[in-house]
Amino acid sequence: MRVFVFVGRRLLLLALVMAIVSVLIFGIVQILPGDVAVMILGTSATPADLASLRQKLGLDRPAALRYADWVGDAIRGEWGTSLLYQVPVRPLVLERLGKSAVLALVALAVAVPLAIALGVLSTLRRNHFLDQAVGLVTLVAVSVPEFITGTVLILVLGLQFGLLPPSSLIDPRASLWSIAPSLVLPTLTLVLALLAHMTRMTRASMLDVLEKPYIRAARLKGLRPRVVILRHALRNALLPTVGIVAINVGFLIGGIVVVETVFAYPGLGRLMVDAVNHRDVPVIQMAALVIALTYALANLAADVVYAYLDPRIRY
Amino acid sequence: MTRAPGGEPVLAVRDLRVTYRTGAGPVRAVKGVSLVLPPGRVLGLVGESGSGKSTVALAVMAALESEAEVTGEVRFRGENLIGKPERELRRLWGRRLAMVFQDPTSTLNPVLTVGDQLVEVLVEHEGRGPAEARARMLELFAAVQLPNPAEIARRYPHQLSGGQQQRVSIATALACKPALLVLDEPTTGLDVTTEARILDLVDSLRQRTAAGILYITHNLGVIARLADEVAVMYAGEIAEQGPVGAVFARPRHPYTVALLDCLPRIDRPPATRLLPAIEGTLPDPRAEVCACQFAPRCALAQERCRGEHPGWFETAPGQGARCFYWERVPPPGTVRAPALAKPRGRASTRPVPLLEVVDLVHHYRQAGGLTAMLGRAPIVRAVDRVSLGVVPAETLAVVGESGSGKTTIARCVTGVLQPTAGEIKVDGRPVPRRPAARPRKLRRRLQIVFQNPDLTLNPRRTILEAVARPLRLFGLVDRRTRRSAAARLLEAVGLEPRYLDLFPAQLSGGQRQRVAIARAFACRPDLVVCDEPTSALDVSVQATVLNLLASLQAREHTSYLFISHDLSVVRHIANRVVVLYLGRICEAGPTEEVFAPPWHPYTEVLLSAVPSLSATSVTGTIRLEGPAPNPAVLPSGCPFHPRCPRKLGPICEREMPPLVTTDRGHAIACHIPRADLLRLQTAAPVPVS
Repeated sequence: MRVFVFVGRRLLLLALVMAIVSVLIFGIVQILPGDVAVMILGTSATPADLASLRQKLGLDRPAALRYADWVGDAIRGEWGTSLLYQVPVRPLVLERLGKSAVLALVALAVAVPLAIALGVLSTLRRNHFLDQAVGLVTLVAVSVPEFITGTVLILVLGLQFGLLPPSSLIDPRASLWSIAPSLVLPTLTLVLALLAHMTRMTRASMLDVLEKPYIRAARLKGLRPRVVILRHALRNALLPTVGIVAINVGFLIGGIVVVETVFAYPGLGRLMVDAVNHRDVPVIQMAALVIALTYALANLAADVVYAYLDPRIRY
Repeated sequence: MTRAPGGEPVLAVRDLRVTYRTGAGPVRAVKGVSLVLPPGRVLGLVGESGSGKSTVALAVMAALESEAEVTGEVRFRGENLIGKPERELRRLWGRRLAMVFQDPTSTLNPVLTVGDQLVEVLVEHEGRGPAEARARMLELFAAVQLPNPAEIARRYPHQLSGGQQQRVSIATALACKPALLVLDEPTTGLDVTTEARILDLVDSLRQRTAAGILYITHNLGVIARLADEVAVMYAGEIAEQGPVGAVFARPRHPYTVALLDCLPRIDRPPATRLLPAIEGTLPDPRAEVCACQFAPRCALAQERCRGEHPGWFETAPGQGARCFYWERVPPPGTVRAPALAKPRGRASTRPVPLLEVVDLVHHYRQAGGLTAMLGRAPIVRAVDRVSLGVVPAETLAVVGESGSGKTTIARCVTGVLQPTAGEIKVDGRPVPRRPAARPRKLRRRLQIVFQNPDLTLNPRRTILEAVARPLRLFGLVDRRTRRSAAARLLEAVGLEPRYLDLFPAQLSGGQRQRVAIARAFACRPDLVVCDEPTSALDVSVQATVLNLLASLQAREHTSYLFISHDLSVVRHIANRVVVLYLGRICEAGPTEEVFAPPWHPYTEVLLSAVPSLSATSVTGTIRLEGPAPNPAVLPSGCPFHPRCPRKLGPICEREMPPLVTTDRGHAIACHIPRADLLRLQTAAPVPVS
């Protein structure tokens, strides 16, 4: 019951956040260099043509009115038409969001358990070979830019040995199962990029928790090490990791343009970059709004998980 | 070292030595300790911080980290635990050997229910099924007198009070009927009334179980109340050991005598003298032991003490001390410290109060943010219409347990918190609530000494910077004179000028508190708010700090608003006392009046809760029952009525009793008439003389 009240209240707050974000997005798009009318008609267009197009698009109206129209339309589900692709924005953005979500979920499903396992193992073998090896490998993995890891993976696994499809030119109608092989390389690249931070955070907070008096008390109750580590320590140590996972969700949905580009993966990030390059204002605005919403929802989910993990946290 | 008729000792420690390997060389924490504990007995291990008593506790549990080098023997029922592999120890831990730690809040896992934290022990060691384990858990919770065990078991540690948490820890330790129970400061940090009830519980346990109990504490009063035998530790060694009665009546080690003498006593009238403090500090634990370790601080020390390490001397059957000259050690109470310069009571002849607090109210909402915005958070009435006054050169003590509002009053006076209503006056003139609005001169006149100098001295600033800061702030010195001015201030608190360039971490706790006092006195304040200034300190250091405060007051005619939970300290230092319960004054008056009957029933409970040293005093007559007070849910009528042992009847629930003052300035807020209170309280045995 209390959790519903909490989530309900947080959803109200989320609406407030989205309102502020929408103003910011709209404002930034307004000050982007370049003129939409010029983009559409080309530099050779006559001033008269430009003016009439501006009037047709409503660009001559006050910004506040245009903002209100945009928000109203967005809420009603009328997201407009892409200037670049000349297709409705909504299916375009949602289709790309789906693709991004699949890749993000697969990457997290691999990276999160792996990072937690590696982090815990590092603390148990603190300063021994395994700990140092994990620290070194994850650090190298995060230090190398994704376009290099991605390219190397394509060269080795995709082209040299031909084990996996090197790119992800996916047929939009293909089933999830049939596209699975083409997800492997991008997932691997992302996991390498995500692993270091989460592993290090888990390791650091495990080390911190293992020093706590209640861990010593648990040991001196004669509990087996497995119980002490998993039941008493890990649950307390997971909180910071959960926060990082939430931030990573947003990042994976909208911020992995480089990986998407290397693997020609049709994600939301690439759509956004293409739209910016071509001043495709309707797409920019809606893609940005969707990415912001993902961030906000991921953080809301993290807060619920926090409260589940630690009963002292009540909102 | 006696052996009880019970037979085979549960614990026999022989020549235990623990050395920590550190970057700065080996630190010798325990230097040859031997102890014997028969079943069914309580051995009290007492010492100050740095004495090595907690290291002994962990060594007895065979739970020291691998950095510690342990030699000697720790025999548990004849079996040496040192060097045993952890896999074998695990079968003893929690089952045969159990431990209860200080601070239950941090030793219970915050994310597991307290019931589960006990059940897991039964499942691990006795292989019980979940239902059976749960039933046994409820039994154990009931045995430690937790109200409504089934309900408590479902809660998380943060939903319990400190006393309840410690009961859970004790129940968990008792789960498998251990043969040896190690209690490491189990009541330190708890309120005195809660402590009294936990001590009652331990006392009843010792009669019920056959377990040997090793009780570690810094509190001599607790030892006097609970233990059969006492071992006094100093610098990693046992200075003296023997039956509690014998050791306290006629100690044979100068350190034991000094410890007993430096305690402010609740059962003695206010001192006209300074406390006989133990000057000096513990020896460097890295040094090789080749002399008596206490010699540098010992008044009786001879040439021999400085050149030869004393062995163990049997001073009486079952009693021994590590002192060459144990026969010359004077009995406690014979050391005469210098007289207190200040004529006491002088304060009351000056009618104009320096500080007046009039009808002070401080309410706040329990939660911030969204909950508060939605108006859901309960209002906490931290302080409710409290009035008090401090005249020049007097000490007014504000006494109360956690949640009584004493610290809130101090913070309102200093301007850290803004009162909800009421007035604060200095020299009869109201002062602005916000510190920024207070004139500079006024800010100079009001200073504060906090409880914990470790948290209030900036670790990255030298002592010079800390002490000179207020001088510069109030324009009392310039760059050239500040060093000499700071040196003079340090001198006044008994520190040499060489400390000026050190950082707080390089000083001991007592020295840091002296720096904090020097800083407070830097600009010659008229009133210093002392917020529990000695409660983080060892008793020997506490004596030094109390002496320092007394002599500074005598010299500078400073007034103190002295916030404390320690009634012994209050009786020693205060001219007048205010007793708070749930943000309201229940008793106030001159110290001697407050400490003599009639008392407000809450004061009576407080006084009887203090574990006292004197063998003749009767403690444990009155205990506080009922739920812990919650300032967010104030009871109607008298706030103390739900827990009052002398509750009259419905009137207590209906009406707030007025504060009735006698012509001697003693005020009690109780529906019971003074004469009746006096009769009730003198009929029963009372803990104070």
